[in-house]
Amino acid sequence: MELSAAVMKQWALRINAKMQEHKDKLSELDQAIGDGDHGHNMARGFQEVANKVEDASYDDIGAMYKDVASTLISKVGGASGPLYGTAFLKAANAWKGRDVLDSAVFTEGIEAAVGGIETRGKASLGDKTMLDVWIPVRDEMKEHGADAEKAAKTAEKEAEATIDRVAKKGRASYLGERSKGHMDPGAFSSQLVFEALAEVYKEGAS
Amino acid sequence: MKKLINGVDQIVSEMVEGLVAAHPDKLRAIENTNVIVRADAPVQGKVALISGGGSGHEPAHAGYVGEGLLDAAVSGEVFTSPTPDQVLEAIKAVDSGSGVLLIVKNYSGDVMNFDMAADLAEAEDITVKQVVIRDDVAISNPEDRRGVAGTTLVHMIAGAAAAEGKSLDEVETIAQGVADNVRSMGVSLSPCTVPASGKPGFTLDENEMEIGTGIHGEQGVERRELMQADAVTEELVQHVLDDMHLNDGSEVALMINGQGATPLMELYIVARKAMHLLKDRGIHVKKTFVGEYMTSLEMTGCSVTILNLDEERKRLLLSGRE
Repeated sequence: MELSAAVMKQWALRINAKMQEHKDKLSELDQAIGDGDHGHNMARGFQEVANKVEDASYDDIGAMYKDVASTLISKVGGASGPLYGTAFLKAANAWKGRDVLDSAVFTEGIEAAVGGIETRGKASLGDKTMLDVWIPVRDEMKEHGADAEKAAKTAEKEAEATIDRVAKKGRASYLGERSKGHMDPGAFSSQLVFEALAEVYKEGAS
Repeated sequence: MKKLINGVDQIVSEMVEGLVAAHPDKLRAIENTNVIVRADAPVQGKVALISGGGSGHEPAHAGYVGEGLLDAAVSGEVFTSPTPDQVLEAIKAVDSGSGVLLIVKNYSGDVMNFDMAADLAEAEDITVKQVVIRDDVAISNPEDRRGVAGTTLVHMIAGAAAAEGKSLDEVETIAQGVADNVRSMGVSLSPCTVPASGKPGFTLDENEMEIGTGIHGEQGVERRELMQADAVTEELVQHVLDDMHLNDGSEVALMINGQGATPLMELYIVARKAMHLLKDRGIHVKKTFVGEYMTSLEMTGCSVTILNLDEERKRLLLSGRE
């Protein structure tokens, strides 16, 4: 798998499109086990990202994603702002100086992103958070190389798997056992991130 | 959704605009940040106190900005933590060189954003300390507990200490002492509607209540059949006391906090019972607060907060502002 700077820009824009499209569903999921504004916050944040990167030109992919990250950190707030912001900031460091990402370098970025989310959010696999999607996607990439379509499928499956889990971190954790039976909204927004990747990769390759 | 607003995206900025317009002698806003600071900030020679978090908890936190209380409040979107940039702007606006104490409620978003802001401030050579408040005993693991109404007692006591000219380390120790000795628990009779979602956070039947609710319209720990005020009060007070080490003769402050849409009348009915219960246990209530201190939009219900007072906390609370 190879991702050009053009495709990587499309990824950021497509994530925004996905967040706008699924804004209500994200908020409904959050309403069940949180406070109901995840869709609004993600849509607001990625709209800012899209506004920022759409017409901008960057020296390399690292610089582009550093801009994505700082926009999320400075505009979103809540938990999702710092978590998604830190994820893309760490990935941007791994992608510094690159005009194109091969499978190995892209995977390094995802690995760094997961590390950033873990350090910032102090959650682990199985806590019913976005990491329940990001960690399996990373593991698969490390083992078999980056494959956008596989990543999207894994993300979908793992987001679904959060339904049966009891939340251990974040606002849903206050509900204890009552958090069971609902998909984690952060896991679903993470699923959208990887679905966006699969779509733009496919379009870029054809 | 039925609310007196002009649009979901302007709520916080218009509230901030209104607040400073109404109290221009005491408050000013930092443009484009939703940060409210004391009109005379930075106050030379004084440790500055900053709190903040999502909006929707009014009067917390902007209502506590003033002499003897906070130097700045940072407002995020409704129930959404503010960003590190906003907090950094507040820090820069109030630091007089004596250092800044951040009073943070224990929510993952708040902790992360204030942490990032503290890092940014330190990179600009501003000394920043943080106290994280986790007073809600509805959550069993103490590390995971939410910061709720007890946070406002930190504002009052740490605010009084800072006004006396104490150092950053001293103010931090005092604030941490309040945080370690304050406990709260809440109950809700009806939910609230976060404007961005447009729908209530949960639904309750006429004969139901949620016990152990936080301050974000989220569900509580348990749903129960509605009980009378005295029985509810007894349950809340007992939960709070079970988590404290109070003896016959202990001195405390008591706060009965309305969640946004509870008549003061009902809060006084709860206060009356809470005071009876404490008196029966030989606990002396040195100061009582009844009213709205930390709300959840238009939720109905209340929380009970008890703070164990030592001599210093008592002196600062009784001499300070509220």
